[in-house]
Amino acid sequence: MTLTTDHSRAVADGAHSHGAVKPQGSRAERLTSFSLEDIPVPNGREEEWRFSPADRLQPLFQSDLGSSGVTVEVTAAPEVKVETVARDDARLGTAGKPGDRTAVTAWNAFQQATVVTVPAEAIASDVTSVRLQGVSTDATAAHVLVRAERHSEAVVVIDHNGVGSLSETVEIVVEDGAHLTVVSVQDWAEGAVHASSHRARIGRDAKLKHVVVTFGGDVVRITPDAEFTAEGGDVEMVGLYFADTDQHQEHRLFVDHAVPECKSRVTYKGALQGSGAHTVWVGDVLIRANAENTDTYELNRNLVLTDGARADSVPNLEIETGEIAGAGHASATGRFDDEQLFYLQARGIPEIEARRLVVRGFFAELIHEIGVPSVEERLLASIEAELEKSMSVITGAPTA
Amino acid sequence: MPTLEIRDLHVSVETKEGPKPILRGVDLTIASGETHAIMGPNGSGKSTLASALAGHPKYTVTSGTVTLDGEDLLAMTVDERARAGLFLAMQYPVEVTGVSVANFLRTAKTAIDGTAPALRTWGKEVKGAMENLRMDPAFAERSVNEGFSGGEKKRHEILQMELFKPRFAILDETDSGLDVDALRIVSEGVNRAKENTEVGVLLITHYTRILRYIKPDFVHVFVDGKIAEEGGSELADRLEEEGYDKYVGANATATA
Ligand SMILES: Nc1ncnc2c1ncn2[C@@H]1O[C@H](COP(=O)(O)OP(=O)(O)OP(=O)(O)O)[C@@H](O)[C@H]1O
Ligand SMILES: [Mg+2]
Repeated sequence: MTLTTDHSRAVADGAHSHGAVKPQGSRAERLTSFSLEDIPVPNGREEEWRFSPADRLQPLFQSDLGSSGVTVEVTAAPEVKVETVARDDARLGTAGKPGDRTAVTAWNAFQQATVVTVPAEAIASDVTSVRLQGVSTDATAAHVLVRAERHSEAVVVIDHNGVGSLSETVEIVVEDGAHLTVVSVQDWAEGAVHASSHRARIGRDAKLKHVVVTFGGDVVRITPDAEFTAEGGDVEMVGLYFADTDQHQEHRLFVDHAVPECKSRVTYKGALQGSGAHTVWVGDVLIRANAENTDTYELNRNLVLTDGARADSVPNLEIETGEIAGAGHASATGRFDDEQLFYLQARGIPEIEARRLVVRGFFAELIHEIGVPSVEERLLASIEAELEKSMSVITGAPTA
Repeated sequence: MPTLEIRDLHVSVETKEGPKPILRGVDLTIASGETHAIMGPNGSGKSTLASALAGHPKYTVTSGTVTLDGEDLLAMTVDERARAGLFLAMQYPVEVTGVSVANFLRTAKTAIDGTAPALRTWGKEVKGAMENLRMDPAFAERSVNEGFSGGEKKRHEILQMELFKPRFAILDETDSGLDVDALRIVSEGVNRAKENTEVGVLLITHYTRILRYIKPDFVHVFVDGKIAEEGGSELADRLEEEGYDKYVGANATATA
C-alpha cells in the first residue's frame, strides 16, 4: 500500500493525520547519482524545479564551477577536529548521492572539502563555527562534511555571508548514539545565489537537530535530505526564513524513513514582505514498507506581511506501511491583515510595535526550539532588522 | 469636564466602485460619566460611526469634526486616538495568532500609559479583572481572540476597557451573542469601569435587555447615517415595541 498527499493548492489550513493515502511520482523513485550525465541541466518544468527561477540559477547548473568565489574559515570547539582534504578522501560521499542538478555540479566540481569531526565520546564544550564568505560572484563549488562519531555531542553552525554564487554540499553523518545539531544560516548580501544540498545519515539511536535559517541573498535553494540507517534515529528539522522584495527562498526537504522505529519532526516557518518575494517549502516524507513504528509530523506556516508576496507550501507524505506510530502534516499561509493591525493600534500600540508583536509571536516558539543561544539572539536581531525594512517598504509605498 | 464632540460628521467607505457615503451629518456630544445608547436598524451606519471614530483606514471622513477634550481626534492616527483615551470594543474582535493575551495587555497598557505598569500590581490587577469577568486564568496564555467563542471575545473586550481605563468607550454590540449570565457579567464590568473612572460610554445595541443593566442617560435613534431622534431611556422601550418603521418610512418619503 502506498499513499501520498499533495497540498500545493491548499491555501488555508487543515492539520490532519493520515492512516493511508495514494502516490503520484513516488519520492522513492527519484533518481540520485554522482554523475553529471545522469542529471542534466533542467528546463525548469521538472517537478523539483517547477517553483524555482531556473534562469537565475543557470551559473550553478554548469559543470565548470570554480573554487575562488568563497573562502572558508573554521573556529572549532577544543574537542572538535577540523581538516581540509582533497576530493578523493574516502570519507566524502558517504551520506547519500546528489538528487538534482546543483547537487551534482557541486559534487563534481569541488577541489577541497572541509571536514569537521566530533571524535567518538567527545562532548564539544563550545559551538563550532564554519564561515563561508562570498568574495566574488564567480560560480563556485564548496563541500563541507560534519561527522559526529559514536556517542559524541556537538553544535556546528555553518554561516554564509557576503556576495557569492555558490553550489554547495553539506554532508552530515551522525553515528550511533551521537547527538548533533547543525545550523545553516544563509545571511547573504544582495545579489548572492546559493544552492545547497544537505545530505544527512542518522545512525542507531542517534539524534540530529537540523536548523536552516534563511534571510539574505537573491536566490537561495536548500534541499536537506535525511536518511535513517538504523532503528532509534531521531531527526528534528527546523527552518525559519524571511523573504524580501524579489527574493526567492526555497526549502525542499526529504526525510527517508528507510528503517523501523525512527522519529522525525519538521517545523518550518517563513515570513514574506515586498513585491516579488517568493518562498517555496516542499516537505517530502517517505515511510518505506519496512519502516514500522515510524513517528513523523511536519508543519509549514507562512506569514505574508505585504501584498505581492507569494508562498508555496507542499507537504507530501508517502506511507508504504500500515504499521506506523503516527504520521501527519499541516500547512497554512496567512496574511498579516489590516484588521489585525487596526485592532492592535486601536489599543494604543504603534504600527511598528504591532508588526513586531505579530511577527515575533509567529516565530517565537520556533526560535526557542533551536536551543543554541548565540543563534537565537542573532535571529531575533535579524528579525528586528527585517521588520525595520518592512516599515520602510510600508512608509515608502503606501498601499490602500 | 472632558467631552467627545462629534459635529456634522460625514463619512464614506472605500468600495471597489469608489467611495460610498454612509454617515450623513452625525451630531453627538458625550460628556464624561454619561452613557449614550445608539439604536438603529441593520446597515444604518452604527459600526461605521464607531470605526470612523477609532480611525479605521477603510473609512474616510469627508466633512465634519470630532474633538476629544478639545483636541482634533481626526488628525490623530489610530494608536494616537487610543492613547488620547478612546476605546472601541469591537463588534467583531480580531484574532492575533502567536500573541498571548498577557503580552498583548501589557504591551497595550504600556503604550497607553506611556510607561510600563508596575510588574507586581499589574499581574494582580489583570488576574482580578479576569476573575470578575469569570474568565479562566488560562486565557492569559492563549493567543488574542484565537479560538475564543463569541461571548469570550466580548468579555475580553470589556476586560480591556476595565484595564486600560479609557476616557471614552464605544461598545459596538457588546451584548450580542451573550447568554443571560454573560450579559450580566459583562454589564457589571462596564458599570465597574463607569464607577471607577468616570468613563463616557457610547453603547451601540439592538436590544433593551442590556439597558436594564447599563442605564443610559440618553438614547439616540440612528437611521440612514444620522441621528433621527433623541430621548431618555423610555425611547428605548418604545423602539423595542414599535420598531424603526416610523423613521425608515419618514426617511423614504423625505428622499423620494
Ligand atoms: N466596505 C464596505 N463596502 C460596501 N459597503 C459597506 C462597507 N462597509 C460598510 N458598508 C455599508 O455601510 C452601511 C453601514 O454599515 P454598518 O456596519 O455601519 O451598519 P450597522 O448600523 O453597524 O449595522 P448592524 O446593525 O447590522 O451592525 C451598510 O449598508 C454596509 O453594507
Ligand atoms: Mg454594526
